[in-house]
Amino acid sequence: MEKTPNQKAWFLVLPVLILVAFSAVVPLMTVVNYAVQDSFGNNVFFWEGLGWFEQVLTSDRVHAALGRQLAFSAIILAIQIPLGVAIALCMPKRGVWASVCLVLMALPLLIPWNVVGTIWQILGRTDIGLVGHTLAGLGIDWNYARNPVHAWITVVVMDVWHWTSLVALLAYAGLQSIPQAYYQAARIDQASRWKVFRYIELPKMQGVLLIAILLRFMDSFMIYTEPFVVTGGGPGSATSFLSIDLVRMALGQFDLGPAAAFSIMYFLVILLVSWVFYTVMTNLDRAEGK
Amino acid sequence: MNLQWMAWTTPTAIFFLVIAGLLVVFTVLGVRYPETPRRGILRIDTTRGDRLFITLLGSAFINAGWLALSGLPQWWALGICALWAAAVFRWV
Repeated sequence: MEKTPNQKAWFLVLPVLILVAFSAVVPLMTVVNYAVQDSFGNNVFFWEGLGWFEQVLTSDRVHAALGRQLAFSAIILAIQIPLGVAIALCMPKRGVWASVCLVLMALPLLIPWNVVGTIWQILGRTDIGLVGHTLAGLGIDWNYARNPVHAWITVVVMDVWHWTSLVALLAYAGLQSIPQAYYQAARIDQASRWKVFRYIELPKMQGVLLIAILLRFMDSFMIYTEPFVVTGGGPGSATSFLSIDLVRMALGQFDLGPAAAFSIMYFLVILLVSWVFYTVMTNLDRAEGK
Repeated sequence: MNLQWMAWTTPTAIFFLVIAGLLVVFTVLGVRYPETPRRGILRIDTTRGDRLFITLLGSAFINAGWLALSGLPQWWALGICALWAAAVFRWV
């Protein structure tokens, strides 16, 4: 029997399209409109052309924020990915302890961003915080509100605490999916522990690790709440990452035009990185499927 | 419907109309002339739509780079974008 073409199912996608139009497309269009105009409030706009883009693209302040942001994301990835994989390798494969470990690992992921920020803000204080007090007891003049290095360490350690579990859980899922036969074959060949990791576990984890890198990169690249709660972007602008600087520009200074141009450039960078990761991932899947 | 809050201007309206027009044209092309993905110099499978996306995203960065570095009229960047588009559709 010949199948009649029926495209009515496309209407089922309509609600999502309408939702995305209102939640993403219309606001984005408005941001583009703001980016080429100047406003002093009261919904009155003056044509500015590409001036704001030129200002943002050549601004030392934005370059510095981008540099800090890239450094932060690089540090986060360099710590969290190896650490997450190491934790996953150490976790028990089955039994009660496997479940206990999984629950323990999932706990930090359940805590809201601002609460994480508050926890670490208190932990780092020398008067009432455990970490700050201990460091002060060791003779270190710990002050994340005054010392940029201390602020960076606090923000990085906080992010590692919050998100390494995600990498560990993903890597653990990847490890669990490796059939026992591979390990048996390796044992017959008398492969060392390192070689098992290098030639069996790592290639099999490639897919999930790419997802982990993508998720952690995007999240750290857009981080706002946690450093904002702990340091407020300070001391000075030492921990003002892109989004903190953007909010300061848009709401603190009410420079809607430059902030809109800034957010469009920010969006383009994120779009580019997401596209690269997506392309790599889909091509990897296709290569594995062959 | 009052759209004053969106602060529309003629140039931004033309910009979005061109993008919407491109999407419509490529949808019609996709329905009229179905295609299979091909593999070019990037070693990734791309369809017409993928190549349009690469073209548009690349053009955005070409324009930004031109604005930041050259100091010459912005129109000239459009010429480079056209070359970029031709290259993407030919070789990617």
